[in-house]
Amino acid sequence: MNKITNNKAWFLVLPVFFIVAISAIIPLMTVVNYSVQDIFDPQTRFFVGTEWFEQVLGDSRLHDALLRQIFYTLSVLFIEIPLGIAVALTLPRKGWGVSASMVLLALPLLIPWNVVGTIWQIFGRADIGLGGYVINLMGIDYNYAQNPMDAWLTVLVMDVWHWTSLIVLLCYAGLRSIPDAYYQAAKIDGASRWAVFRFIQLPKMQSVLVIGVLLRFMDSFMIYTEPFVLTGGGPGNATTFLSQFLTRMAVGQFDLGPAAAFSLVYFLIILLVCWVFYTVVMNAGKQGEQ
Amino acid sequence: MAWMAWTPITAAFFGCIFLMLIGMGIWQAVSPTVPRRGFLPLTTTRGDRLFISLLGAAYIHLGWLAFTDAALWIGSVIALVWLVIVMRWG
Repeated sequence: MNKITNNKAWFLVLPVFFIVAISAIIPLMTVVNYSVQDIFDPQTRFFVGTEWFEQVLGDSRLHDALLRQIFYTLSVLFIEIPLGIAVALTLPRKGWGVSASMVLLALPLLIPWNVVGTIWQIFGRADIGLGGYVINLMGIDYNYAQNPMDAWLTVLVMDVWHWTSLIVLLCYAGLRSIPDAYYQAAKIDGASRWAVFRFIQLPKMQSVLVIGVLLRFMDSFMIYTEPFVLTGGGPGNATTFLSQFLTRMAVGQFDLGPAAAFSLVYFLIILLVCWVFYTVVMNAGKQGEQ
Repeated sequence: MAWMAWTPITAAFFGCIFLMLIGMGIWQAVSPTVPRRGFLPLTTTRGDRLFISLLGAAYIHLGWLAFTDAALWIGSVIALVWLVIVMRWG
């Protein structure tokens, strides 16, 4: 069979190509240019080769921030994904409850990041915040501004509150796409609740879960605004994640060269993890189909 | 383009990347890729292998800078060998 290919369709992609070029590729190329120079402005610059990369790769503060970031991102994924699936499974399938739960779940997603930070900053305070006050009332000494563990947990709980809804909504969409015939067949076969979940619901949710995990991975790995507003990276450096470390370097200290080198390392980590994850899941999907 | 702060080395680097992409485009038009499975644990097209080899080359350079004090060109040669191996047998 001869397939006719019409390459004129590529012209339709041109506008997107230009938008991506201006918004992503050209800035990325500029960052690469900056990363090999000691640069104050485009006219005042000196070529330094790989010096900034060596400096950044050997920086113990960066290693700490990276470990903190990895631990934080893994915590976010391990809590939000199972919780999101569990909540999606318990949502009603018809009636007024569907709309009500959708609206309730969508609310946290509609709130801007800096407002979320402010909400939790006030909510967690022991003197004026309901959350902090109640926790202290229970006899637990909770103070996110002084205790690193409290600050860490507050940032984590804030993220779970803000973003679990996204996983719930994605999983719910996946669940809704399963025809009733599957459930009827499972009932006839006498499948257990676990078997229905494992062999019907989970495979059908796979593609939306891939998107959900990727989005949550990238978002949590690049988290900036919420911890910046809530704790400012403190106490000490307890909640200083990679993007905050980078911003401090680039905007605070105006070390554009090292910041550019660090940005590229950061970019390569995200690119690798996303590619590995996407490939593994997509290959598993193909094997599942076969 | 002055604001992009170009240097001869980065210009050559991006020139090579663009030439590779154009070359791959022409290669694809002349003889379309056939997905196959080599020593990598997944089925890949020619473009996939180029991406894997370039990403690997970036990590080889970073690893070289992080763990050794030896000259960088040795790392570049290793990255080039990696690129050829992945493209041919990956």
